[in-house]
Amino acid sequence: MSRAPRTPLGLVRAQPEPPYTFTFDGRTLTALPGQTLAAALWAAGITSWRTTRGGGAPRGAFCGIGVCHDCLATVDGRPNQRACLVAVRPGDTVTTQVGTGHGPDGKGTPS
Amino acid sequence: MTPPADLAVVGAGPAGLAAAVTAAGLGLTVTLLDAGERPGGQFHRHPAPGLGAARPAALHHGWRQFTDRLARLQAHRDAGRVTHLPGHHVWTVGRADGHWRLHAVAGPDETPATVHARAVLLATGAYERQLPFPGWTLPGVVGAGGAQAMLKSGLVLPGRQVVVAGSGPLLLAVAGSLAAAGARVPAVAEAAAYTAYARAVPTLLRNPAKLAEGARHGAALLHRTTRLLTRHAVTAAHGTTRVEAVTVTRLDPDWRPVPGTARRVPCDALAVGHGLVPRLDLATGLGCATRRTPDDTHALVVDAGQATSVPGIWAAGEPCGVGGADLAVTEGEIAAETAAHALNGTPRDPRRAAALARRRDRLRAFADVMATAHRPGPGWAGWLDDTTEVCRCEEVTARRIRTAVTDYGAHDTRTVKLLTRAGMGWCQGRMCGPAVARLAGGPPAADRRPLSCPVPLRHLAGLPADHDPTAPPPPTEEPEA
Ligand SMILES: Cc1cc2nc3c(=O)[nH]c(=O)nc-3n(C[C@H](O)[C@H](O)[C@H](O)COP(=O)(O)OP(=O)(O)OC[C@H]3O[C@@H](n4cnc5c(N)ncnc54)[C@H](O)[C@@H]3O)c2cc1C
Ligand code: FES
Repeated sequence: MSRAPRTPLGLVRAQPEPPYTFTFDGRTLTALPGQTLAAALWAAGITSWRTTRGGGAPRGAFCGIGVCHDCLATVDGRPNQRACLVAVRPGDTVTTQVGTGHGPDGKGTPS
Repeated sequence: MTPPADLAVVGAGPAGLAAAVTAAGLGLTVTLLDAGERPGGQFHRHPAPGLGAARPAALHHGWRQFTDRLARLQAHRDAGRVTHLPGHHVWTVGRADGHWRLHAVAGPDETPATVHARAVLLATGAYERQLPFPGWTLPGVVGAGGAQAMLKSGLVLPGRQVVVAGSGPLLLAVAGSLAAAGARVPAVAEAAAYTAYARAVPTLLRNPAKLAEGARHGAALLHRTTRLLTRHAVTAAHGTTRVEAVTVTRLDPDWRPVPGTARRVPCDALAVGHGLVPRLDLATGLGCATRRTPDDTHALVVDAGQATSVPGIWAAGEPCGVGGADLAVTEGEIAAETAAHALNGTPRDPRRAAALARRRDRLRAFADVMATAHRPGPGWAGWLDDTTEVCRCEEVTARRIRTAVTDYGAHDTRTVKLLTRAGMGWCQGRMCGPAVARLAGGPPAADRRPLSCPVPLRHLAGLPADHDPTAPPPPTEEPEA
């Protein structure tokens, strides 16, 4: 008999409440209730959602606890949201934060 | 204004939670603040209720003690002895006629909140020490504790094939948790050698519980699938939009890469960290004295009762020196008892006091042995190349920092910062600080920041004109002997 593959949800025998959707750069993704934005993006296999002001290099979560500020994203037009701290809400529109995030389309241009 | 609480506890990790319930049990009114939404701190970080974890204990040791403490917290809240303020980040502490005033920002809208208290207990924990290497800014390279934190709270993994690297007891805990959650961990690269503990066997034997703990049974999984490489480091991460492989290199005892020993290990994530740095921003803002620790960080000087050098300010847990959750709990209980004695004259049970002190001293001695073994060797800077970004926020390369040192005579983090902007970004130098100090040739700086977290300017403007954390202490009432 083959055993089910190990997963984080399986490890703690999670029975989450129904998932909901949000969009990331136009893509529809699902999040589980209570997950942070960074967790929902990781669950979708996404590890970068910001580009730096200087070199335009991709970044995502690093410290995981709100200290490094590498994980900044633009949520519903508001830039500089720490994805490792903010919870995803149903229907959120999340975009990659470009540079300072204060560009014309709420997405930002490198400053 | 509501009357000040007897004790404000900042941080609801193992130390703060233990302190809050102990203090309330001794009759103090307590306000417990924590930046996070759920109590538990780093060790007992756990999923939100919506994730429906039926067996959260699988990711933790000591889960029963934690839930017992939560139940006591709830009972004290119901009885009006504890006010619990989750989601409150305290950004500065000041004095206000005869008591302390804590300024916090709450929730995503950064609503200001002020708490008044007769005494303050700082239980603010630690963050991870990072040492840069080429490629460490690639997505998929994450803090080892960060990966653990994301797993414990969000039930997610950074990748399927995760190399774990750096130094310190936390690495094995993290590797065990990742494996238990289904990641393949091809290698754990530990820069130090565990054999260094062998010299302290008596200390080890008296400490059956390890300094860091991860998922139950994770260690057994590692046994089968993971190569544990001591005296090895990840000296480069490769990839374009995310990490695709890492270079693992053997180190000499000073952590210098040994030429000709590099090998490439494919992976889609790297979890890396070099021990922990006590979080001292509020304490140093108040003028609390600090000491150098055996692994080259700074911790608070506390007396036998966990009081800092500033009267009215106590501390417990990692700010007093990194030592793990058990030590944090013990220190929290001691701090609560001595604060209750100082504030209300509540007598301490001498037998319990002696037992707690013995336990703390034993765990502290053990932590110091580990800290000495995992102290970064000076040779780590040998794995930087000129283009490695040392400061992630301001994108400052090793070359620019070295130029500031060699051409402009910068010999400390402050001067390097002024010349290059390294350490001036959002993280306030928490990620690059230890590395910049090493490159500048100076000692590491204590965790000293004007504010504990970025705060909207309007809140700064709203500070009372007399806000001065380092003004003379408020009068504390003498306990009746
Ligand atoms: C990212 C990370 C992951 C870790 N994972 C593990 C692990 O899996 N196993 C293990 O054995 N050890 C782990 N540790 C080590 C951990 O430090 C200890 O095991 C233990 O949690 C220490 O307890 P503490 O109460 O001293 O601090 P913490 O548990 O860190 O608690 C401190 C609390 O203070 C809060 N805080 C800090 N500053 C403020 C402020 N200004 N205002 C309001 N609140 C504030 C924080 O939100 C946090 O909840 C980890 C450490 C880190 C940094
Ligand atoms: S990952 Fe560091 S602040 Fe979010």
